[in-house]
Amino acid sequence: MRFFKNIVTLLAVFSLAFLSGTSLVQAKDTLKIGSFLAVTGPASFLGDPELKTLQMYIEEINAKGGINGHKIEFVHYDTKGKAKEAKNFVNRLIKKDKVDVIIGGTTSGNSLAVIDIVEKAKVPFISLAGSIKIVEPVKKWVFKTPHTDKMAAEKIFADMKKRGIKKAALITGNGGFDKSGRAQCLALAPKYGIEIVADEKYGNADTDMTTQLTKIRATDAQAIINFGFGKAPAIVAKNIKQLGIKLPVYESHGVASKKFIELAGDAANGIRLPAAALIVADQLPADDPQKKVLLAYKKKYEAKYGPVSTFGGHAYDALFITVEAVKRAGTIDRAKIRDEIEKTHGFVGTGGIFNMSPTDHLGLNLDAFKMIEIQNGNWKLLY
Amino acid sequence: MKRLAGFAIFAAVCLLLPVIFPDNYYVTVVGLTIFLNITLAVSLNLLMGYAGQISLGHAAFFGLGAYSSAILTIKYGLNPWLAMILGAVLVICLSYVLSRPILRLKGHYLAMATLGLGIIVHIFFVQADELTGGPDGITGLPTLSLFGVAIDSDIKWYFVLCSYMLLSVLFSLNIADSRAGRALSAVHGSEIAAQMMGIDTAKVKSHIFVFSALMAALAGSLFAHQQDFVSPESFSFFFSIELVTMVVLGGLGSTFGAVLGAFILSILPEVLIVFEDFEVLVFGLILMVIMIFLPEGLFVSLKNRAAMMLSKRGIGS
Repeated sequence: MRFFKNIVTLLAVFSLAFLSGTSLVQAKDTLKIGSFLAVTGPASFLGDPELKTLQMYIEEINAKGGINGHKIEFVHYDTKGKAKEAKNFVNRLIKKDKVDVIIGGTTSGNSLAVIDIVEKAKVPFISLAGSIKIVEPVKKWVFKTPHTDKMAAEKIFADMKKRGIKKAALITGNGGFDKSGRAQCLALAPKYGIEIVADEKYGNADTDMTTQLTKIRATDAQAIINFGFGKAPAIVAKNIKQLGIKLPVYESHGVASKKFIELAGDAANGIRLPAAALIVADQLPADDPQKKVLLAYKKKYEAKYGPVSTFGGHAYDALFITVEAVKRAGTIDRAKIRDEIEKTHGFVGTGGIFNMSPTDHLGLNLDAFKMIEIQNGNWKLLY
Repeated sequence: MKRLAGFAIFAAVCLLLPVIFPDNYYVTVVGLTIFLNITLAVSLNLLMGYAGQISLGHAAFFGLGAYSSAILTIKYGLNPWLAMILGAVLVICLSYVLSRPILRLKGHYLAMATLGLGIIVHIFFVQADELTGGPDGITGLPTLSLFGVAIDSDIKWYFVLCSYMLLSVLFSLNIADSRAGRALSAVHGSEIAAQMMGIDTAKVKSHIFVFSALMAALAGSLFAHQQDFVSPESFSFFFSIELVTMVVLGGLGSTFGAVLGAFILSILPEVLIVFEDFEVLVFGLILMVIMIFLPEGLFVSLKNRAAMMLSKRGIGS
């Protein structure tokens, strides 16, 4: 009887050890990544590739066993591009889903709307929107991966200076991206010795911009800058061609998707724009450190969904900056992840090489932008 | 007091919910949106349900209240309560001036005029960058405090917004049963007949228009402080339509109908999120089914049916 008792005890101890052992392996908490993107609505061409990119890579990471054993749980809501929804969903992500990291905020308006919530709740947030106001002034918990409108304006002006252009006309829409870009252009032009001789505006839903362009034609502008995204810039490009205006045209990085060339057709040829290297990945020199990352992303994305756009690339960068940060932190503690995101150094992403610091929560310099010209309906890398 | 028994039960439920579920997301976070929407729907119902005057621009007054608070506190450093009062005064003046010409119109023309008003105000919010911050909106409003207590948490906001909502419901219920309310329903029935009875219809309509706008403006100020963020799209034409839908869904002319309509339209999207891509479809389907089978609105139809069943039973026994 005694022997029997011993056996039972032994079995119990073993099974306990076994159970706790397995639970130790599985017990590594899942990393909850929350996301709010404009997957439908007017900014869907930004949000849709972002969501697909996140889903695709999170699936891959989980299939490989997670980050240091932490599986990723992904929670996503569609804001339809509305700031009010963005606010509601971020509240939901933080208070109901209790996520560890937030990646999202497709448009600047959506991102700016939620900053005070994430700051208050102390959740690391990597924004996928353009405006420089998101990270300037620096907020403790807020980071971003896309290039800023300020960088785009500087890149355009630098190119103009090279071509000897001294007077430029500005035409922008009424969206957040347009307005922020316009402000940056107006502020930066004097620094490059360029005079803005016209400052025309249109509504993003307008279907004809010839009135504004006729006014520009009457000035002595040597080039036209159009800051915008969506279908409006394509209409601007078409109208410029219809009016027979022969001036060089600059677009912003907001049109760096094949959709723009499709919409503008012939009128797109000759237009220059600053954009991330992704759309010209195969034209990069072989020794470019970004080339490998870009081609890998492009191949994977295109195999599953079709043509890449730089916007999905921003989501890729945000996700892997987070993944690297969690790896270095060795825990999913929010504060430690935040500290490690801030220490991101030499991270080669699709948008460029990121070097963040306590004073720079973006970490890209002007080299991250390439100057691109549209030739024969395709992107051509200039420099 | 029997008249207000329903209200007392409603108030008790609203005030007890956060005590029972202090940490529930649907109570302390979604609840805030619901209360604001209820207030707005109730104020719109005064105009649409009682007086029979359609408005497709109600979000404009809500927005004017919100922007007044945001601009006056941030750019001019005014006390939040003072800013709220100034915003209310602005809306009173504006709505009074507008009410006379606008409310002379009827039917489709009135709908168009109020629609125009909503769109003009929205364009102003988007285009007057220097003042309104343009499409990016304004953030950084000071914290509101009441009797020295800073309203800085969801639960405190719950009680503030709940109180304001209950006040507006009580006000609306009282109006319905007053001389003014009877004048309004007379106007709703037939303006000419109302005039024959000695009612100054223009005055009655313009007063209710101003009241309704004022309630929306105050809700807007509270909304701005609670969200700590205002941007034009919160006050777009679509939001006006949503408010009209709330009132119609619940049942025109019934205060609790507006309450129920606002509650359903606010909570549905949160619940339907599980359907992901089909969310919008299911949402539309539910609205359609309600309007087909209960054309007088959810609350009114159900109430009538309940009354009918009760009276039948009374005859039977």
